[in-house]
Amino acid sequence: MLYFSKLKIICILVVSLFLILIASSNLFKFDNIFLKRNINLGLDLQGGSYLLLEIDNKPVIEQKLQNLTITIRNYFKEKNIKLVNFKLQNEKVLFKVNENDKQTVLDVFNDEESEINPYYQRFKSHQLEIDEENNFLSVKFSKQGLVKLKTSSQEQALEIVRRRIDEVGTNEPNILRRGNDRILVELPGLDDPMRIKTLLGKTANLTFRFVSNNNEDSFGNEKLDYEDEEGSEFVSKRIILSGDNLLDAQPRMDSETNETVVTFNLDRVGAKRFGKATSTGIGRQLAIILDGKIISAPVIQDTIASGSGQITGGFTFQSATDLALLLRSGALPAPLNIIEERTVGPDLGQDSIDAGIIALIIGFVLVIFFIIVKYRIFGVITNVALIINLLLLVGVLTLFEATLTLPGIAGIILTVGMAVDANVLIFERIREELKNEKNRLIAFDSGYSKSRTAILDANITTLLAAIILFFMGSGPIKGFSITLGVGIFTTLFSVYFIARLLTVLYISKNKNKEIII
Amino acid sequence: MIAFNKYYNQFNILSLSLVVISLLFLIFKGLNFGIDFKGGILIELRSTDSKVNVSSLRDKFNQMDLGDVSVKKFGNETDYLIKFENKDNKKNIIEDVKKSLDKSFGNNIDFRRVENVGPKVSAELLKSGIIAISVALALMLIYIWIRFEWQFSLGAICALFHDVIVTLGLFSLLGLEINLSIIAAVLTIVGYSMNDTVVIFDRVRENLRKYADIKIFELTNISINETLSRTLITSITTLLALVSIFIFGGEILKGFSLAMIFGVIFGTYSSIYIANTILVRLNVSQKTILKDEEKN
Repeated sequence: MLYFSKLKIICILVVSLFLILIASSNLFKFDNIFLKRNINLGLDLQGGSYLLLEIDNKPVIEQKLQNLTITIRNYFKEKNIKLVNFKLQNEKVLFKVNENDKQTVLDVFNDEESEINPYYQRFKSHQLEIDEENNFLSVKFSKQGLVKLKTSSQEQALEIVRRRIDEVGTNEPNILRRGNDRILVELPGLDDPMRIKTLLGKTANLTFRFVSNNNEDSFGNEKLDYEDEEGSEFVSKRIILSGDNLLDAQPRMDSETNETVVTFNLDRVGAKRFGKATSTGIGRQLAIILDGKIISAPVIQDTIASGSGQITGGFTFQSATDLALLLRSGALPAPLNIIEERTVGPDLGQDSIDAGIIALIIGFVLVIFFIIVKYRIFGVITNVALIINLLLLVGVLTLFEATLTLPGIAGIILTVGMAVDANVLIFERIREELKNEKNRLIAFDSGYSKSRTAILDANITTLLAAIILFFMGSGPIKGFSITLGVGIFTTLFSVYFIARLLTVLYISKNKNKEIII
Repeated sequence: MIAFNKYYNQFNILSLSLVVISLLFLIFKGLNFGIDFKGGILIELRSTDSKVNVSSLRDKFNQMDLGDVSVKKFGNETDYLIKFENKDNKKNIIEDVKKSLDKSFGNNIDFRRVENVGPKVSAELLKSGIIAISVALALMLIYIWIRFEWQFSLGAICALFHDVIVTLGLFSLLGLEINLSIIAAVLTIVGYSMNDTVVIFDRVRENLRKYADIKIFELTNISINETLSRTLITSITTLLALVSIFIFGGEILKGFSLAMIFGVIFGTYSSIYIANTILVRLNVSQKTILKDEEKN
């Protein structure tokens, strides 16, 4: 255990120096791309916002089932089978069919090559499930069908969320999917997430519809409230234009009325429809509706054929900017709910860094002092290894550009405390061996080899805990598990290579002197 | 040599009663779960305004009709920690609170940290925390089962359960908050306690081979003494690091470092007085390991 070949020594030095160089790139700015690495600071240290959004897929499912009713009805009509009493209930489509045709309908749905119930060939499971429920047949999404639906609405939502956040222009946002109905948003440096929360809280479903002359809640009409003002209007359900037809939207100051408005440009189809609607509907009110609330309902004065127009609605400049942003980035497929939010202000982050560094320095000094008092010259060796250990740990974290969190700093301090364990195990063992063994080299050698299993055990148990934390934990806790886990490897390296090398050098230099541990 | 084995019985009774008392506390008083596991809103705010103090803040929050609100000082004179449940799941509740505070105290209040955990997320976090600790215990069990004979495994696991239960019991007794970082602390304690036990067991097994005629009662005592200085030095350096985090590491790490401090103390104690006494009670002898080695 005591012999080091020249090659080995060179390897140890190269690895150590390389990692220390990498570690130093946190302090100095290197031009070299390879060295231009930094430890990332977690949101709890640099300040920022963490938002976990959940997609409310219920409206999407209902919408899809609504469309499905029409498809099913038409499909069987062609086959001369009449389906009646369609109902939408608990995310199921219910309908009735006469007894003779029932089996045919069931067969169509359960056919592996069914035309209206796809997926079987690919997933060995249909998109839809059909069942009998007190005289009714019920159709609902299968597990596989729901997964597909959720994944696709998550994909769309992710894109829209990204566009909205990019438009606001925060630095380096992190937008990730979680499961199949959640989106994680990390916004470093943002200490007031209110605006982003408001923007993400809106579905931004824009429609232009005529205000109805018919003042009752009938089939083609619905009653909608105004966004800001009191009151409501009956609006036709027929959609003239929707947000999909929008090419661009910008906030503007109307020079005549001195009012803030949102101007928009329509695509070709939209422009055509808008032109037609404004020519036939002169004198009528056209309601502009966002997420089921009327923004305004101006009276059409003139035909607008240019494909551009403006929305008024008593906006402030801020609200006009936000509305334009929402319209530009498009509508979400489903509403988003914020189910978890964690925001840390930048000054608290800085305070945490300061406190963490002070705790690290003091913990470090205490441990170093204690070890020197306890082991003298071998204490110095342990401490040199400990300092190198710390630099290596920072080096590895930098190399992988790991994220450092406040619990992560605690993990580093804990590593300092526990790292000496291995050296203590070795030195205590050597002490014992020296009692019975006259040959010092043999005593040192067996001290190292006999303590090895205990050291491995000790580190494997801690590593197991760190691994579990890594997979189970989130955010800050993950940071703790990373520093704790990496710390185990750098500790083993520094104990078995650095401290052992120094020990060997020391005893071979002092061959003839008394050595006391 | 210190005669640790003289007090095996006394300390076993002490540990047993500590575990029972802890369990009673856990069952009847329960744990003080933080918002991570209970759901709700936490606001850490700072204000240099002299009008702002615990009672004025409490009055203000009570007027907002948010249900049970807890207001506490947090570290500094100027810092406060406010916690409440968001019962009706209001969407813009944090903004509303901020506006309302700004109105009564002027714009002198700075929200340094805001956490809002919905009921679904908190239930998931609690579940994954429990899973994490269970998986950790199971893995340790498997590890030690592979490494040692079953008597040793039983001893190590008893020590482990003792440490986790008594640490949680102490948290229950003192009403300290259980949050995500406490789960991390408990897991680290599990690793640490195991580590400590394994080092002593390693020595016990070595000594079983070395001394053919010494009974386990004496043998554990020899092994504890031989590893004692290592046990103490490692505990001391780890505690030095932890105390440093506790005192200087800021308010957020206080609970975490306190749990770890308790855990290290219990872990050191249990590897001497629980793990070893189990070996004695199970009458482990030279035969135990010989049988095992013949099998291999």
